[in-house]
Amino acid sequence: MAIIKFTLNHKQVIVNGDPNRRLLDVIRNDFNLKGLKEGCGEGECGACAVLINHQIVNSCLYVLANAEGKDIVTIEGFAETKRFAVIKSAFETAGAVQCGFCTPGMIIATESLLNANPHPSEAEIKIGLSGNLCRCTGYNMIVEAVQIAMKAGEGLW
Amino acid sequence: MEKDISVSVNKIDNFEKISGQARYVNDIEIPGALYAKTFRSPIVSGEIVSIKIPTLPQGYYIVDYRDVPGKNAVKIIKDDMPIFAEKTLRYYGEPILLIIGPDKTIIQSLINQIIIDTTLTEPIYDERNIGVNYHYEKGNPQASFAEANRIIEYTYKTGYQEQAYIEPQGLIGYPEGDRITLIGSMQCPYYIKNAVILALGCRPEQVRIIQPAVGGAFGGKEEFPSLLGCQLAVAVKKIQKPIRLIYEREEDIEVTTKRHPSIIRMKAAVDKNNNITAIASDIRLDGGAYLGLSNVVLSRSMIASTGAYTIPSVDCSGIVYLTNTVPTGAFRGFGAPQIFYAVEMFVNHIAKDLGIDPLEFKLKHLAKQGDLTSTSGTFRDPILMNELVKRALVISDYRQKCEKYQIGDTLRGMGISLFFHGCGFTGSGEATIIKAQVKLHKDEHDFVDILIAAVDMGQGVRTTISKIVANTLDIPLEKVRFPYPDTDNITDSGPTVASRTIMIVGGLVDKAAQKMRKEWQSGKSATVIENYVQPDYIVWDEATFHGDAYPAYSWGVNIVDVSVDKITNQVTIEEAWSVYDLGKAIDNLIIKGQAEGGITQGFAYGYLENMEVKNGKVRQRNLTDYIIPTALDVCKLTTELIDNPYAGGPYGAKGAGELTLIGGAPAVAMAIENAISRRVHNIPVTPESIMELIEYGNY
Repeated sequence: MAIIKFTLNHKQVIVNGDPNRRLLDVIRNDFNLKGLKEGCGEGECGACAVLINHQIVNSCLYVLANAEGKDIVTIEGFAETKRFAVIKSAFETAGAVQCGFCTPGMIIATESLLNANPHPSEAEIKIGLSGNLCRCTGYNMIVEAVQIAMKAGEGLW
Repeated sequence: MEKDISVSVNKIDNFEKISGQARYVNDIEIPGALYAKTFRSPIVSGEIVSIKIPTLPQGYYIVDYRDVPGKNAVKIIKDDMPIFAEKTLRYYGEPILLIIGPDKTIIQSLINQIIIDTTLTEPIYDERNIGVNYHYEKGNPQASFAEANRIIEYTYKTGYQEQAYIEPQGLIGYPEGDRITLIGSMQCPYYIKNAVILALGCRPEQVRIIQPAVGGAFGGKEEFPSLLGCQLAVAVKKIQKPIRLIYEREEDIEVTTKRHPSIIRMKAAVDKNNNITAIASDIRLDGGAYLGLSNVVLSRSMIASTGAYTIPSVDCSGIVYLTNTVPTGAFRGFGAPQIFYAVEMFVNHIAKDLGIDPLEFKLKHLAKQGDLTSTSGTFRDPILMNELVKRALVISDYRQKCEKYQIGDTLRGMGISLFFHGCGFTGSGEATIIKAQVKLHKDEHDFVDILIAAVDMGQGVRTTISKIVANTLDIPLEKVRFPYPDTDNITDSGPTVASRTIMIVGGLVDKAAQKMRKEWQSGKSATVIENYVQPDYIVWDEATFHGDAYPAYSWGVNIVDVSVDKITNQVTIEEAWSVYDLGKAIDNLIIKGQAEGGITQGFAYGYLENMEVKNGKVRQRNLTDYIIPTALDVCKLTTELIDNPYAGGPYGAKGAGELTLIGGAPAVAMAIENAISRRVHNIPVTPESIMELIEYGNY
């Protein structure tokens, strides 16, 4: 058992428990934040993605112990930002959402990419999204959404 | 000016999905819910001698076939699959019992302690155990073959394909008095409801099915959730507590239904003028351990045995053979991807054998309005395939690229596929089996609710059907609501399958809205119910496969440009172009999504997605081994539509969802064939198979 402190969606939180638990379960069960999904449980699909210190991480492969002192943002926390509003509108315009199960992870991937590289090329966008599987869209409409967000959100990243 | 319905709107569920607020089954918390996990057959074929269950701690339960109050069978078509195995085990992973309790780790440890004693029988993996066997003829195939100038014969094989929806299968069940409610990931709320009624031997009003957001399905959530639903309902009935039965990925890939592998033998009679006068085909689908829906999948394959072409004489045989492997079932296209792959390759190979241009050869045989279909029905509506092909050739620069790639050792190739998809249930299924009914309700604030069983699994039906209602009633889209289906509040508009939802259900909803509009009184509530009536010109004899198999057909052309790496034999799809006739798009952007997602799955079926079953066990059991496309695997896709409004569909719309997958595999396989100058017969065309073809193949 251990006491782990970290920032979750801009609030200090403390989790007292087994440090070997998956961050995915901690966020979904202890904090009832259901925006991140379990699609594969082995870091392949990216549906469980969160931002840890501004970078995309698959929460299914991340143990609670490693969260100590980290700044963690889920889709629910990110949804309160201006950057989200731009990405949301871009996803709507491009028709980038079908079943929606991968979508929160795709939004997190978009933010992580644009935060690191505000002007990615198409090839860089594809690399940035390649850790997130989508079975519905064939990806191009998501790539297009990132390009729309990049232009519309000029200066935000 | 009248509004063009095809102009896109912001999808009604965009915000809830983008913001992470949409609730899928695993996101739904029910206080006190227990977890269930399945104990499965450790053998591929044999019988249970004994099962020793460890002592269960308090609060833990076992549920097996003895707890099924009704019939221990999953209602699909022939009801041949048990809910829980009783004695005979027919495939590795077949469900035997559930262990249920509050802690997942303890449940797993209990499962690990179960000792099962079995006797083994010899497993069957070949074609000797025939589950169903169909045959039909058109014209006079015997005479055509007897008089043929040339007879050409080839065999084609296709592999498994896993739906790989990103949300794994799952349901939650709970008791409500003497009723049972199930919430879950599904395509067909009433399939589950009717299956549970049979399993519990209860009254219809005792079963309630609710569909939350569904994270993709592609056919994989057509019949399989009925098995889960029955198991869960039996467990809830026994334990009287809420229970979660939600799969993890490995379990999902290992035991849920997949696309049928096929072996298709094709034989053509060609006359002196290089016309195909007859095609004889023998279609064999591996059904796995239980028939399930396989006979309907086989029907759809057989009906398309001459592809997009009119062939005067046809002799078509088909079987589903049963093996000691995971059952196969519905997957977007439903038998059509296998047969269109085979026919497209075959016609291409015939042309090459005859030394003539494959595309010209195909165009010469294209079906035209008024022609008889393979089953001697009639193509009643205009067929615009010549226009579709012409447009696809222009936008892809097909001819010039073909010529360019022939020069030197480029390892580049172009492929083209021509195909259709029959919209809706086969034959009279809509009238005799489904009997769809839709309901619209208007409240006193003039909000209109769409109360139907159509499931939005990503294809956008909540938006498209809402658009139909808003347009027909001429009210703002914001005044139309499409709540998630709950069988307590809706009518049975049928399953969300077979490219029927817009054409059939949307058509009924359109009619209901027209009636509502006539009687519209602002501020007063009103309900309109509309029932499906089959057009009387549809005549289909299921026993002989004679007549009109479908009320309408959507058509398509795919062109693809591929390169093959000289050293690794990896295939890269450089660019692809598609032109479709799906009547009329209800929403252009949603159709673009269907087109791009469908073709991506279709291409991957042809060259990327590889699943092998060895000794009865699936070897690719997760998304690390079973490779589906990532963002890095997709190329520039151009999609165009040519409107061809269908009088029987709402605003002229026909089916769209499955069509877009069907042409992908033959186009990509043909492009690889042309790139490597070796005949391709089997898919997926993996780098390993390309290596073998280059070494040993011929052209």
